[in-house]
Amino acid sequence: MVNKILAVLEHREGTIKRSGFEAASIAAKLAKDLNTFADAVVVGDAISNINEVSKYGVQKVIHLKNSELANYSSSGYTEVITNLAKESNYDILILSNTSLGKDLAPRLSIKLEAGCVVDCVKLNLSGSDLILTRPTYAGKALIDVKILSDKKVITLRPNVFKAMAAENSAVAELVVKEISGVNLRSKVTSFKKSVGKMDVAEADIIVSGGRGMKGPENFHLIEELAEALGAAVGASRAVVDAGWRPHNEQVGQTGKTVSPTLYVACGISGAIQHLAGMSSSKYIVAVNKDKDAPIFTVADYGITGDLFEIIPALTNEIKKVKQS
Amino acid sequence: MKIVVCVSHVPDTASRIKVGSDGKTIDPAGVTYIINPYDEYAVEEALKTKEKLGAGEVVVVTLGSENSKETIRKALAMGVDSGVLLKDDNQRDSFGIAKALAEEIKAQGSQLVFMGKQSVDYDNSIVGQLTAELLDYNCVTVCVKLEISGEKVTAEREIEGGREVVETSLPVVITCQKGLNEPRYASLKGIMAAKKKTIEEKSAASYTPKSEVVGMNLPAGKQPGRIVGSDASAVPELVRLLKEEAKVI
Repeated sequence: MVNKILAVLEHREGTIKRSGFEAASIAAKLAKDLNTFADAVVVGDAISNINEVSKYGVQKVIHLKNSELANYSSSGYTEVITNLAKESNYDILILSNTSLGKDLAPRLSIKLEAGCVVDCVKLNLSGSDLILTRPTYAGKALIDVKILSDKKVITLRPNVFKAMAAENSAVAELVVKEISGVNLRSKVTSFKKSVGKMDVAEADIIVSGGRGMKGPENFHLIEELAEALGAAVGASRAVVDAGWRPHNEQVGQTGKTVSPTLYVACGISGAIQHLAGMSSSKYIVAVNKDKDAPIFTVADYGITGDLFEIIPALTNEIKKVKQS
Repeated sequence: MKIVVCVSHVPDTASRIKVGSDGKTIDPAGVTYIINPYDEYAVEEALKTKEKLGAGEVVVVTLGSENSKETIRKALAMGVDSGVLLKDDNQRDSFGIAKALAEEIKAQGSQLVFMGKQSVDYDNSIVGQLTAELLDYNCVTVCVKLEISGEKVTAEREIEGGREVVETSLPVVITCQKGLNEPRYASLKGIMAAKKKTIEEKSAASYTPKSEVVGMNLPAGKQPGRIVGSDASAVPELVRLLKEEAKVI
């Protein structure tokens, strides 16, 4: 018999992220399958879109409010969510596998004496057992994991589960709890935004460049194509290690594992550690002069040829199509 | 100050992964094991911190089988003073790993602990936080910049779209991300010196597992698609396919 489920929703500067709604929606669905119910919690100061949570089928939306928790504090968030989970006896906590979720979930699991499984891409009930599927080796293998403790803390890979409005959505009750005297042993004091760049971890379209770009001075071609597509710029390990691009753009096993809707690989041969990090993209386009490059084994569409001609032509064509 | 750096012995990222006969773990045949790439940043940061303080000691701790000594030697060759192998031939869950590390850190009396932000085998990225919570230490994850002054710790952690500046204090566990530093190469002198350094063997602290792997599968392979052309004249057709067939633009 499983007690209640709690979805922990993440916000950025007071706006709940899409991955937060995914967590709420999956919590509600799992609760239905387990014959129980789910609530959602948001920690922070003012939350602009908190009323939207209601439609994803949770019973209560709990806002733990404190102006000092407007920014993430690992100690503060851990404490207030642990207190809530203990007082109201939640058995399963569901978070998103974002920077915040990855940081917070394991801490909650120790406080709640729960098992913790992160980055789940599939949840299955086998009898009363919850079986969680997650990638390992950067996606080269998938494992099925069973949590042995009664209390469970799990995180969901963003963009994998869809946030679905509940069918007959009764409006969830909004409960605001003012919190005082929080533990701020660790706290975020400021945020340094990467200038004008979209992050590969959150982008729906990624244009990546590899050694075939021949030098950092040619990456403006990648940036122009990315701009035409509304995409983030990614890079292979080779070009990051060579110092051509910053490491936060690196896609692959020692960079970021991504699954965008469209991934455009330019001058990337497709080393196994790169393929592991991007082959779960929905559509892959490869431009490379070597027709035997391994990238073509995962590409949906490829052009074998000189990328210095093909990429500018592609940028122009995309602009044309978008304008029409 | 005694600094502990925790490292993990993992399959090289260039490895092809095959499922072993138990159906739950990888087949180790033909797989080369290396020091976890993120742990190299942890070793470097530990050594840099010691050098800056001008005193102290760095101890490398690994949980694993006899083979993991290879990775300990690598850290010793980079300049770490001594090593501890917490012996366990069985695969542990993240909680079990954290439990063993936390007990050893407590025994060492260390207030400053470094490890990689995740190991590239199970990719959990939770052992640092679990260890810190078990010890009631602070913890900064995915660290790309670090300053320690007295008890005060100021760190930058990489998150989506930028960096968070975090303020906290010792005792602390720092999990390291690429970009934090440039790990040094082991010099020949370092490699020779590493042979004389001690690796203490201990049995890893016992624990009750909180999760269990029940199966491992390879993802369904992607079918190669089509080559649209071999020069810029193929571009209009490619864009048409993206728009009409894939419907992604």
